[in-house]
Amino acid sequence: MTSPLGKDLLGLEHLTAEQINLILDTAEPLREISERTIKKVPTLRGATIVNLFFEASTRTRISFEFAEKRMSADTVNVAPAASSVSKGETLVDTARNLEAMRIDMVVIRHGSSGAARFLAERIESNVINAGDGTHEHPTQGLLDMLTLRQKFGSLVGKKICICGDVLHSRVARSNIWGLTKLGAEVAVCGPRSLLPNAIHEMGVQVFDRIEQAIEWADALNILRLQLERMQAGYIPSLREYNRVFGVTRERLERAPRDLLILHPGPMNRGVEIDSDVADGPHSVILEQVTNGVAVRMAVLYLLAGNSPRLAEAAKGGA
Amino acid sequence: MTDILLRGGRLLDPSTNLDAVGDLLIRDGKIESVGGKIAGPDGATIVDCTGQVVSPGFIDVHCHLREPGREDVETIATGARAAAAGGFTAVCAMPNTDPVTDNQAAVGFVLKQGRAANAARVYPIGAISIGQKGEQLAEFGEMVGAGAVAVSDDGKPVVSAQLMRTALEYARTFGIPVADHCEDPTLAHGGAMNEGLVSARLGLKGIPSEAEEIMAIRDILLAKRTGGHVHLCHMSTRGSVDLIRWGKDRHIRVTAEVCPHHISLTENEVEGYDTNAKMNPPLRTADDVLALQEAVKDGTIDVIATDHAPHHYDEKEREFSDAPNGIIGLETALAVNITWLVQPGIISVATLIDKMACAPAKLFHLPGGNLRRGTEADITVFDPTAQWVIDPKAFKTKGRNTPYGGRTLTGRVSCTLVGGRIVHSIMG
Amino acid sequence: MGRAAYFTFDMTPAPTSVVLSARAFERTITRMADEIIERNDGTDRLLLVGIQRRGVQIAARIAALITARESVEVPLGALDITLYRDDLQTVGPRPVVGKTHLPVAIEGLNVVIVDDVLFTGRTIRAALDELADFGRPARVSLAVLVDRGGRELPIQPDVVGKHVEVPIGSRVDVCVAELDGKDEVLLVATEAL
Repeated sequence: MTSPLGKDLLGLEHLTAEQINLILDTAEPLREISERTIKKVPTLRGATIVNLFFEASTRTRISFEFAEKRMSADTVNVAPAASSVSKGETLVDTARNLEAMRIDMVVIRHGSSGAARFLAERIESNVINAGDGTHEHPTQGLLDMLTLRQKFGSLVGKKICICGDVLHSRVARSNIWGLTKLGAEVAVCGPRSLLPNAIHEMGVQVFDRIEQAIEWADALNILRLQLERMQAGYIPSLREYNRVFGVTRERLERAPRDLLILHPGPMNRGVEIDSDVADGPHSVILEQVTNGVAVRMAVLYLLAGNSPRLAEAAKGGA
Repeated sequence: MTDILLRGGRLLDPSTNLDAVGDLLIRDGKIESVGGKIAGPDGATIVDCTGQVVSPGFIDVHCHLREPGREDVETIATGARAAAAGGFTAVCAMPNTDPVTDNQAAVGFVLKQGRAANAARVYPIGAISIGQKGEQLAEFGEMVGAGAVAVSDDGKPVVSAQLMRTALEYARTFGIPVADHCEDPTLAHGGAMNEGLVSARLGLKGIPSEAEEIMAIRDILLAKRTGGHVHLCHMSTRGSVDLIRWGKDRHIRVTAEVCPHHISLTENEVEGYDTNAKMNPPLRTADDVLALQEAVKDGTIDVIATDHAPHHYDEKEREFSDAPNGIIGLETALAVNITWLVQPGIISVATLIDKMACAPAKLFHLPGGNLRRGTEADITVFDPTAQWVIDPKAFKTKGRNTPYGGRTLTGRVSCTLVGGRIVHSIMG
Repeated sequence: MGRAAYFTFDMTPAPTSVVLSARAFERTITRMADEIIERNDGTDRLLLVGIQRRGVQIAARIAALITARESVEVPLGALDITLYRDDLQTVGPRPVVGKTHLPVAIEGLNVVIVDDVLFTGRTIRAALDELADFGRPARVSLAVLVDRGGRELPIQPDVVGKHVEVPIGSRVDVCVAELDGKDEVLLVATEAL
């Protein structure tokens, strides 16, 4: 028998609505574990998980680590600076070495699109994509959906606009696939220089003005604008970006309805989002963080059902 | 040297409108007689070519043999043997080696290694600029004197329009084509595949068609201005085809090549991040493939060249964006061309031979490319209907980087003769 | 595991005998409620915790009976023991995780775990482990509607609705009105003997 999710979680593009709902439905009751005196369940006792982070990330790595530890897994964090990756070892060798140490799962964050899949095709362990290049960041997409689902009940017919640098955003891609599969209407809004040329072929609407997006949407998922985009010449300045595309209280006040405000973090206050929006009554940014741990616990739980090594251990040790 | 009699094959030479079943006799390395029934002289080797096509030897005007510099990936010897196995009796080696083939000594080295390989003939292409740096013109005259047949900075575009203009003007003295790799480096910067829906989905930086087309029209306009012969390498888009047609309609001296992979595969091959589908220019859309096939048929595209580019296994076995561009092509070219151009009825076998043998010889002023009596016996015998499974491990090239591995293709080289000598044969 | 499956869709129904009818069900639960009050010296510091799924409804039923009799609200919780199961590390589809909710801190309380059927004892082992992660109750006891024997762990109930001898090849099905339309306990033969 195999896990209903398969061996790995690499992205949301190729999952079905049923699979996405299974993860969200599982995450829902797992939120409670983080409220307990002893925030730990024995579910993944004996499982070894490696957090292989080739790109710096505080938020996602900590969230995964909490999720793993609350499920009682043993975790090892590997960062390029502390590993032989910086000595020129290839990704595949790094992975095979880790696997030779009998690990059960790898959580990988990597700067190259497709790196998680590359790894998954070459090792037996379960692989969870924690962000690969500008491709996908499935657990972020899932936690965004869990947050929206809690607020809206159902996502069917809800209008979600993803704002900002969609071109370079793995969060945007995971959101687009996941939200559309669950029946939401999805739009993007940002300067055309930061939207993929073929964006309309991905089943989303495009707004050129943030005012139009605010008038249309039930929720805004506001992406982080990387400083490097300005240096690379995609936009003239952060100042102008804020003036044209920044989500401000004044703009939101003109909206016909209250909009939920999401942001994957870390925020550039005063660039893509103003502080009084980020900290305002309709911001669910902190709930996203809480949901992040629950969603990652759910993914760990569901994928562990397909770990051949754990199964073998269970047979031998029963 | 023993006489060789190719018996009973379909003798096919579009340059002389020859298409008849008959015999072909080779004596002293030259074609002694063509057509009809020929009695085998005493001691002649007789090759039964029943059901086979006997064609002028294929000539590849665009390949990368990696020597000097990356002998671990390919040498001129392994490349020349791979060429022979693919039915090529001659190949033109691009100068982007280490060091660059940008002077007469380097040209002489390639020729020397090619002769020593004793397989397909190897003709050097010299660099346009010293070190392919795009700054100072290389010594075309001395390189041609040493045996270079064309100039190119392939692997990189000639960024400076002024340098390209000068190259086209200066090359006229020596009657050689200037072959350009058309790519606007600012548009293509950091790109890993065709720009479009697939690149947006996979999160890979795209290379827009315009990166190629802008340079193609620049080169065509400069050829118009200078009267020089510009040869556009590995054309990959519908837009480029339209621009070449525009140039040819105005009798501008532009010629163009297409690679087998660009008339057969689309950007969808990249799905799954297969680095064997990564090359520059990238695989484009189904519409581009259709346009290129049509352009081969109507003559807008003059030649089919492989852009054979071997890479080490480890270099391709890695993250897509970090993997090098290029695929091997010498040993699959005929089968890919037959499978995707001849079998669907887009072109005839005769037209294919024109694109792979006659036109390359004519455009690059090379010997061969015909079956005339008295010419050097550079001949390819192939079975246009044989089906075979592509097994990269069985290749003569050191490269294994091909997206065709495991596929069943139609059309296989049976025997390759260079100067009347059999350099490759699977005919038992 | 002792969790019974509740519906069979066989075209030829297996021979079935009724262990508890709806009325007997009601009487049994009422007696269990009384015993729980007695054993815990009244209702002060009492917490009923039902095990997902049918233990939750039975616990709610008992809580309502206690409220009716003693005129006090008894806090009522639910435990889902899925994440504490000892057979998770086998290949197979992951069981659905249900809700766990304890309305009050369990420190110093008399906790009564309520379940429908006690069989191997493995579910109760998991429930005890899970409870321990919430704090340290003064006392934990176990109330089950049906004890069918067949223990695989040293676990015994404190309050039992009905002891049932279950022959090999049979199982006990518990139905509750909230989920199954009516209250009933059945002994169902799963294979022809």
